[in-house]
Amino acid sequence: MALDKATVTKIARLARVRVAESDKDGLAGELSGILAFIEQLNEIDTKGVEPMTSVVAMPLPRREDKVTDGGKQDDILANAPEKTAGFFTIPKVIE
Amino acid sequence: MTAPTPALLKGATGDWELIIGLEVHAQVTSNSKLFSGASTEFGAEPNTQVSLIDAAFPGMLPVINAFVVEQAVRTGLGLNAQINLRSVFDRKNYFYPDLPAGYQISQYKQPIVGEGIVTVELRDGSVREVGIERLHLEQDAGKSLHDQHPKLTYVDLNRAGVALMEIVSKPDLRSGEEAGEYVKKLRTILRYLGTCDGNMEQGSLRCDVNVSVRKPGAPLGTRCEIKNVNSVRFLQQAVDFESRRQIEELEAGRAIKQETRLYDANTGETRSMRSKEEAHDYRYFPDPDLLPLELTPDFVARIKASLPELPDAKAARLEKELGIAPYQARVLVMEKESADYFEAFVAAVQKRTGKAQKDIGQDCANVVVTELFGALNKDSKSIESSPISPTALAGLQALKMDGTISGPTAKKVFEEMYATGKDASAIVEEKGLRQVSDTGALEAMVDKVITENPKQVEQFRGGKETVITFFVGQIMKASRGTANPAMVTELLKKKLAK
Amino acid sequence: MTSLTDLTLAEARDGLRAKKFSAAELARAHVDAMIAARPLNAFISETPVIAKAMADESDKRIARGDARPLEGLPLAIKDLFCTKGVRTTAASHILEPFVPTYESTVTQKLWNDGAVMLGKVNLDEFAMGSSNETSYFGPVENPWRKPGDNKSRVPGGSSGGSAAAVSARFALAATGTDTGGSIRQPAAFCGIVGIKPTYGRCSRFGIVAFASSLDQAGPMTRTVKDAAIMLRSMCGFDPKDSTSVDMAVPDFEKALTGNIRGLKVGIPEEYRVDGMPKEIEAIWTKGAEWLKAAGAILKPVKLPLTKYALPTYYIVAPAECSSNLARYDGVRFGLREKGEDLTAMYEGTRASGFGREVRRRILIGTYVLSAGYYDAYYLKAQRVRTLIARDFENAFKEVDVLLTPTAPSSAFARGEKTADPIAMYLNDVFTVPASLAGLPGISVPAGLSSDGLPLGLQLIGRAYDEETVLRTAGVLEQAANFTAKPQTWWKQ
Repeated sequence: MALDKATVTKIARLARVRVAESDKDGLAGELSGILAFIEQLNEIDTKGVEPMTSVVAMPLPRREDKVTDGGKQDDILANAPEKTAGFFTIPKVIE
Repeated sequence: MTAPTPALLKGATGDWELIIGLEVHAQVTSNSKLFSGASTEFGAEPNTQVSLIDAAFPGMLPVINAFVVEQAVRTGLGLNAQINLRSVFDRKNYFYPDLPAGYQISQYKQPIVGEGIVTVELRDGSVREVGIERLHLEQDAGKSLHDQHPKLTYVDLNRAGVALMEIVSKPDLRSGEEAGEYVKKLRTILRYLGTCDGNMEQGSLRCDVNVSVRKPGAPLGTRCEIKNVNSVRFLQQAVDFESRRQIEELEAGRAIKQETRLYDANTGETRSMRSKEEAHDYRYFPDPDLLPLELTPDFVARIKASLPELPDAKAARLEKELGIAPYQARVLVMEKESADYFEAFVAAVQKRTGKAQKDIGQDCANVVVTELFGALNKDSKSIESSPISPTALAGLQALKMDGTISGPTAKKVFEEMYATGKDASAIVEEKGLRQVSDTGALEAMVDKVITENPKQVEQFRGGKETVITFFVGQIMKASRGTANPAMVTELLKKKLAK
Repeated sequence: MTSLTDLTLAEARDGLRAKKFSAAELARAHVDAMIAARPLNAFISETPVIAKAMADESDKRIARGDARPLEGLPLAIKDLFCTKGVRTTAASHILEPFVPTYESTVTQKLWNDGAVMLGKVNLDEFAMGSSNETSYFGPVENPWRKPGDNKSRVPGGSSGGSAAAVSARFALAATGTDTGGSIRQPAAFCGIVGIKPTYGRCSRFGIVAFASSLDQAGPMTRTVKDAAIMLRSMCGFDPKDSTSVDMAVPDFEKALTGNIRGLKVGIPEEYRVDGMPKEIEAIWTKGAEWLKAAGAILKPVKLPLTKYALPTYYIVAPAECSSNLARYDGVRFGLREKGEDLTAMYEGTRASGFGREVRRRILIGTYVLSAGYYDAYYLKAQRVRTLIARDFENAFKEVDVLLTPTAPSSAFARGEKTADPIAMYLNDVFTVPASLAGLPGISVPAGLSSDGLPLGLQLIGRAYDEETVLRTAGVLEQAANFTAKPQTWWKQ
């Protein structure tokens, strides 16, 4: 399926990646090419086939309910681009 | 299922039916978070209860908390619901600053718990069964503080990753009252199960409410989701406001827009949420960092065997085995702590008096519901902070039952106990409130009052037998309530008859 | 004595224990080589001070007779493994300033076993690429060039820096990660050995995620024996990774018996793809003959869905990547581009922080998961993935190991495929199927192309049967007797 400019705008917004207006046509073409490539899968009959959830055939491991982590505000904030008084800070969000 | 009684709302164009479904987010009681070992405790310094996993640092991976899984199963069983032996964790993708990974780990297509039922009693005594659609586990988000700085939002991730159960009801509710009672009942069940502390102020229990209106019998209308409803009172207000708003819109010929609205507790109104305006596309897919969660029937059976008695069963037992009136039984089981108190009280009274629970149950219920709850309510105190312990209250009850003190005296002693925390027998001794049942002493009092009130004696003997209450009153007054009223009446009858 | 940098990992280990040289000397030699090889652009961060300190500690241990399995052996670490206190970039602008406060499980295990860190090596941005040309820190040069030709060759990708460092002999070995061929293809392009173990063998904890259901770490070395030694240290159950397998780690070195008599080797017909260069086909045939000569039984097998593996991969991997990379939002770590509001900050940060290929994959991944397309793309791909895994299961009922080429060509020239994403993706045509099925695969250098560039052969084994894979690889290695080395043109 060919992907149009409007769709590029929509998915770029969903993915929070700014795409310059001038790039959209080119990108739509590239992405359409990739889609055409992956659409080869339509040739395969997958009726009744379970989708793979994991290649690992084992039960989900569970951990004990113990407090083993936390108390490391310095580590959590160590790489923060901006922080104040123990908080991360970002441009104001209006609800 | 009981057919809902449509509580119709009057509009300018006729009656409207209100359709409500609830999504309750209940914080799972656990020490650590759903997928990390950080603490869940409320109220810590910002970003101190955060692991690198909660903050979604590169290369961090989730590992599920075994106890939380148990808690979800326990809750499902408590809601008479289907437990799904295989469930899958999905990623719900969206960007928000308090959602560190850019996705929430939740359960979308295959939740851990399927359909169930909650029974709700309404104020008029009618009973309604509300369907549970599903219960799934998911991560809580962090907290954004918008009011700390004029240009900045502050982000605290302490809550990020705490385990939540999202309990989704079917659209079975038809009024604000029903919605409120449903939440109360759900909260009671969760607290009995010990799977959520139900603290709405701290946000341990939060509701999103889906509201739509329709003409009776018409297909379902477009619904709006109201967020941020954090008390039962607000829930009712939000539903009332929103249903009125929708009716007005529709009657003015405007369509309802499906949207997320925010409840404002200050105004009692709901308003459209700007931040949620954008079309949602959560792009759910199974989280490749986790495997499907598989439970054995044995695991479920073990949890089932360990379930506590739940409020409905307890109320039924109180009615049947202790002979308690249905209304009082329901009041007693509303809070697990109250029920525990009551049962400890009855057991203590039984131990002191040797009487069967069914013979003392109703009287005990009266004391707790009327006296104790009355006093606690007046002071806005919870049962846990009651100044009178179940054993102490049993001490008082025993004194009343064995005739040591009279009923009216018992009330006085109760007040004294409540105020001072003193023991009942100590108060009785200290104030000389012991009921006088000594025939000799009572005879003397009776003789005295007969001698002092010849006019009333004459009236009695002239056939006006009700005057006997006058004599009893006089004696009770003279004895400061300590005279045994039954014996006094007996003696009076005998002496006056002469 | 051969130069210290020419030793294999095993030789260096034995030399250290025999006190023929010190760990400090070994580290020094490699640091010098690393500095001399800067024109290759293999390193993003060099850590000579750490190398020195670790080597000194190793020397103390060796003196005490307390040497650990990898004591004093200098390694290069792909800059996708988080290293405590050492910048970890994933070769992306968005993580350019990021210094982890934690260590990945795999690197921690290597340090626990006494290995020495030389630095963090270059890769395709977020491991997305097959030529190491998508790195924000610039492309890596393949140490190999056509004789008499100055044109830059790509080292393959994504573990291009790892492959170059090992091939050019300034690291004894390196860690790699493989999502669709990122260990095996660069190993083939650079004439070294690279093994991707079974999914679940190596913990993913602390490795910057690309596609979680496919990512696996593995060693990149100059010999099969070195791969066996290093793999043993990297593997093992990790309670911090829910997909980590709780299974004993064999002594892989012991599996290298050289005996493959009676072993059934499958030759999958479908790997004979259209337009495959003759010399690739020739080396493949030669490889089969070598194994047969060593007593193996060759059997043609069918893997009918082979051609659908790449399209499947290019749905699953971008889908997972679009979600895994959502955390790079400028809030808690890494780059932040200021914006007038939150959305502007997000969009600006992610547009300038991610390179073109990463953005492209995020967009494709977002699209295939979006409402209305999920079933047609993502779910369909996961169903096909089930069928691909089933293909392998069926094949392994008949054979013990599969022999295929590693890549459809030798190292291509820089810039040759950057304009056409699909042409680039086709590099992984032989490596992706095993990745989708989670199976172990190794690339062994088997010879040189007519223009003097290395060619690799791939062996794919049953899940958790790295031992058979390694044993067969050992036989292949011995038969191929690949002794060629790249010209050290960068030293001139």
